[in-house]
Amino acid sequence: MNDGCAQRAFLSGNEAFACGVRLAGPKVISAYPITPQTVVVERLSEMVEDGSLAAEFIHVESEHSALSCAMGACAAGVRTFTATSSQGLLYMAECLPYAAGGRFPIVMMNANRAVALPWNIYGDQSDALSQLACGWIQAYAQSAQEGLDMVLLAYYTAEHPAVRTPFMVNLDGFHLTHTYEVVDIPARADAEAFLPPFETDNRVDFDEPKNMAFSAGPGHCAVFKYKQHAAVLRARAVVAEAEERFARTFGRRYTGLVENYMTQDAEYVLVTLGAVAGLCRDVAAQLRRAGVKAGVVRIRYMRPFPDAELTAALESARAVAVLEKDISPGRAGAVFSEVLGVLAGRPALGAVGGLGGEDIAARDVHAIFDRLRAGETGVYFIGIGGVTI
Amino acid sequence: MLEIVWHGRGGQGAFTAARLLGAAYTLREGRCALAFPSFGPERRGAPMRAFTKLDERPIAARSETERADITVYLDATLYVESAPRADGVVLVNASGPILGAVTVDAGALAGELGIPTPNTAMLGALAALLAAPALDEIERAIDLYMPPRLRARNKEAARAAFHGISLP
Repeated sequence: MNDGCAQRAFLSGNEAFACGVRLAGPKVISAYPITPQTVVVERLSEMVEDGSLAAEFIHVESEHSALSCAMGACAAGVRTFTATSSQGLLYMAECLPYAAGGRFPIVMMNANRAVALPWNIYGDQSDALSQLACGWIQAYAQSAQEGLDMVLLAYYTAEHPAVRTPFMVNLDGFHLTHTYEVVDIPARADAEAFLPPFETDNRVDFDEPKNMAFSAGPGHCAVFKYKQHAAVLRARAVVAEAEERFARTFGRRYTGLVENYMTQDAEYVLVTLGAVAGLCRDVAAQLRRAGVKAGVVRIRYMRPFPDAELTAALESARAVAVLEKDISPGRAGAVFSEVLGVLAGRPALGAVGGLGGEDIAARDVHAIFDRLRAGETGVYFIGIGGVTI
Repeated sequence: MLEIVWHGRGGQGAFTAARLLGAAYTLREGRCALAFPSFGPERRGAPMRAFTKLDERPIAARSETERADITVYLDATLYVESAPRADGVVLVNASGPILGAVTVDAGALAGELGIPTPNTAMLGALAALLAAPALDEIERAIDLYMPPRLRARNKEAARAAFHGISLP
């Protein structure tokens, strides 16, 4: 199956992602399986077993250990990978700011899945969107190809000396992880040309010993956090640099922190993220044919947050809706809350849908635009409505 | 875009057939496909669905299909139980004729070859109803994506059903 040559294959999002990890060549993979991420770590363990990936695969006893182990390996100076989902992400939550604060550029795949209770193994974005403040870069893919490509882009960005921050690549559970589609798998030589070897001085070194993962009192703690914030903001430019380099190497071009669709003169814009964006674009195209100036913004990165990109894309918008698969009870979806910050008081509508794997149909997206054009604001649940108390 | 909905019972291989159809169709450059199962409880014998979308352009919408061009039933009891829509072609795995449906005795064809599931025979029968993929592309997809020990028998089942189906 793998002779290092470029090939075209019909793969699930999970299988494609594992192919991307193999191309990035981590030296240590520590992971614990959880639906719907399981196939990624199964494939990687097979690749290690058959010798097509020269890595140490450590099957740890929990997600907390998975990330702790990845930090340890990264502190030894090698490229590392882990993957998780849902309860697993929450179980490793204690370690997430640790990895970010320790400036360990680990890449992690998160298969977006609902969080309990109710217990539910299906896709939504509640897991990752609950962890926006943990210090990691967060990106959201919309296809298996983008997921695969994001592995290479993620390592480039995370390991860049100006960034040195861990990177979480999100794939919608089932809608991406378990959906099969055609994927172009790059040649190994091209991947190696794109992604430089991992080099860091933030590692254990007996010749040049240094203090790592240390304590800091009130006088210094804020300085470290300031530096982290600056590093994630610097990732904006590094993402652009990485995507330019990627386009030159592989011929596929990505669009930075957001992807805009018909936003130039759009009066009604739907902002969303992940796999549902394609459906939203189809609906916007239908509305355009009917004379409605509709547009769609797909957020690709939640951290760093695309303030400037959204401000530009929403310039002509009279009203803006956000479609997301999460709810912060008592407020709104996390994306809605963040997008409000760039709207300068314009009407905003939050649509919460797809929770626990619920299918989002074209009529649901049409209904969002209908409500937006009718002047509706606030937050409502697709299929249920707004909350009345 | 051509949308195919597969109805089967857990263990009949409906999703494998949905996936092989997408793989066969996309062997030719410029063709796109999505294949995914219904995301619900997975239990042997319980009704399940799978979806294949085929197009010559990238397919943006990943939602479940609501109006299928072709609906395939790997189990005839599901056809009776689910009272299918009138629109589109219906293909049923059945030993005798069913009003309003194209039938093929995929269970018997598979059984003669020692295959416990009707999925690849139904895939061959479906290929006879479609302009693409061709039968040889179905066989190549089986070669690429099924375990070696299963390939010959399943290709034979697809061929037998492809040639054995009586077209409407």
